[in-house]
Amino acid sequence: MTGRAEKLSATAGSIESDADVLVLGGGPAGTWAAISAAEHGARVVLADKGFCGTSGATAAAGTGVWYIDPDPALREAAMAGREKMGGYLQARRWMARTLDCTYAQSNRLAEWGYPYPVDDSGKSQRNSLQGPEYMRLMRKRTKAAGVIILDHSPALELLVDDGGAVAGAAGLRRQKDDRWVVRAKAVVIATGGCAFLSKTLGSNVLTGDGYLMGAEAGAELTSMEFSNPYAISAAFGSVTKTLFYGWATFTYEDGSVVPGAASKGGRSAIARALMQGPVYARLDKADEEVRRSMRASQPNFFLPFDRTGIDPFTHRFPVTLRLEGTVRGTGGLRIVDDTCATTVPGLYAAGDAATRELVCGGFTGGGSHNAAWAMSSGTWAGQGAADYARLAGAASNRQVARAGTVALRERADRPFAPAQLARAVQDEVFPYELNYFREAGRLEGSLERLDALWAEASSAGAATEADVLRAREAAAMLATARWMYRSGLARKESRGMHRRDDFPNQDERFRHYVSAGGLDEVWTAPRTHADGAYAEAAE
Amino acid sequence: MIEVIDAERCTSCDICVNVCPTNVFDKTDGIPIIARQADCQTCFLCELYCPEDALFVSPFADASQSVDVVALKQGALLGSYRRAVGWTDDTRELRGVDRSYLLFGH
Ligand SMILES: Cc1cc2nc3c(=O)[nH]c(=O)nc-3n(C[C@H](O)[C@H](O)[C@H](O)COP(=O)(O)OP(=O)(O)OC[C@H]3O[C@@H](n4cnc5c(N)ncnc54)[C@H](O)[C@@H]3O)c2cc1C
Ligand code: SF4
Ligand code: SF4
Repeated sequence: MTGRAEKLSATAGSIESDADVLVLGGGPAGTWAAISAAEHGARVVLADKGFCGTSGATAAAGTGVWYIDPDPALREAAMAGREKMGGYLQARRWMARTLDCTYAQSNRLAEWGYPYPVDDSGKSQRNSLQGPEYMRLMRKRTKAAGVIILDHSPALELLVDDGGAVAGAAGLRRQKDDRWVVRAKAVVIATGGCAFLSKTLGSNVLTGDGYLMGAEAGAELTSMEFSNPYAISAAFGSVTKTLFYGWATFTYEDGSVVPGAASKGGRSAIARALMQGPVYARLDKADEEVRRSMRASQPNFFLPFDRTGIDPFTHRFPVTLRLEGTVRGTGGLRIVDDTCATTVPGLYAAGDAATRELVCGGFTGGGSHNAAWAMSSGTWAGQGAADYARLAGAASNRQVARAGTVALRERADRPFAPAQLARAVQDEVFPYELNYFREAGRLEGSLERLDALWAEASSAGAATEADVLRAREAAAMLATARWMYRSGLARKESRGMHRRDDFPNQDERFRHYVSAGGLDEVWTAPRTHADGAYAEAAE
Repeated sequence: MIEVIDAERCTSCDICVNVCPTNVFDKTDGIPIIARQADCQTCFLCELYCPEDALFVSPFADASQSVDVVALKQGALLGSYRRAVGWTDDTRELRGVDRSYLLFGH
């Protein structure tokens, strides 16, 4: 790795502190990690780019949760039901432990006062969480656990010690115009996925920062080819909640029905139609009863309609598909054991920052698995980091250096323009013909342009204080796009959400994972399925 | 994106400045200003946290729209999301009416 250039000087940060465990990101994964670490005796600091409680995909959107009663038959069906969709890349053991952990933590939410609804038979229903309500509660519980929260404090880079172990992080306090440095014995990356500033709901804080920071410290990524989910929203709006489009009819401009178009199992037909012209939806398959349940359940779904005078059940409205990248994809930092440790000592990953390949394989849509994974992996990573910190003891005298590279190093020539770079990356990852429907020649063309952008950005100077965050975000998007497309090239088949026009079928020879990594030189490598025996049994 | 801070209702509590995940607002000596509208991600969360229903987020995510505040007030649109999720005193029972469990698996 190239990141040892700058030694950490005592004056580098405006505020400096020490912790056993530092958690980056305060969505569900980060807050569960922080609580879990604190409960295992660690002194914990949590830094969020935005405001812990409103920031991230869950807070704005709300989620279905993979909450299944511990009845063996129900659990078996829940796991088996997803395997085909995910391309048989899941690992049963991880699915089972995720179901266990999600069940336990959801029940704790109930104890903490989350207002779960009660059905007609008097049973508390726990498979859905309202985003604002859930994350407001998680903030409260995180504070109650003794965790110090730094809001509006994006991490910019990790700190590493002489032996290559992660030793903290440094970032910005953007409302105070200064910097923070936290030295920690272990770090949990829970910065969410990368949605490329597509304005999919709640996700513009999610630019892949954790992937870049992790890679700079030497961490590997995996399943990055599973990074092209697109979600439906009104064309003008941000509310990319897709469940209710299960009751929609999709039509062309002239009113005729788009053949094969559906929210589930027919979204590619919508994408193809959108490449030709506008597509409209009307939720005309919902009866009165369903309409009432929809309104009660997801008030934010109706905001774009109520505020423009559209009745979505009787009026046609134009729709679009917004890229969600790894937010509802399954790629992320590779984890190597049950504690969600990454390939770098002292570094843990949880939620969308980590891969979800173990529970979802290559597909997550219509799932609730992401929410379950965020809860579970957060819990495990927090405990793992706390245990690691305890074993590390009082190792406070270690030499620590900054691992950040692009946009953070002093360079003689010009700084780069973050907004321009972000747009250039979007031009490669938004178009359906490049990312939704992939093909070798088009992927190679994109990669050539993306690699050139990287060469340019990484030789540019340090960004100015005013736009260092934007510069790091754009660089992280760029790095993410390069891992995605390299991995997509390596998977010469279609599996899960990864569709290759030139290899339209699933191919048994590719039932393995694809690892990726590297910054200046991006590499990929096949890796055997976590659970080889199970993979064979599923044939 | 965020379009309105209603000066009549706003009490300068600065909650919106704190809670906006994309740091759109800036504090001032008086009421906050919308300092970086283009950074707004149209998540509607500032509306939920504003105790005075002084904010309005237009549903148009990609372009700024002109908004008629008087009409918004007449149409009871200010604060409509906060009421709908049960975050006002007289709508608290709505916090527990999520019926998603009836809709999943469709
Ligand atoms: C519209 C929509 C609907 C969804 N519906 C479902 C569903 O029904 N079921 C389901 O299972 N999943 C669903 N998902 C996915 C689910 O929301 C995510 O999997 C989940 O939010 C992941 O949790 P997280 O904590 O990893 O990330 P997030 O909730 O995204 O939180 C990440 C946090 O990291 C912070 N952060 C980012 N960069 C930095 C940095 N550099 N420094 C410090 N902090 C940083 C962000 O501010 C944010 O607070 C949906 C997603 C979307 C967008
Ligand atoms: S939260 Fe509402 S009342 Fe408080 S400063 Fe913001 S707009 Fe004004
Ligand atoms: S809608 Fe969301 S992003 Fe926009 S100002 Fe309000 S809180 Fe901030």
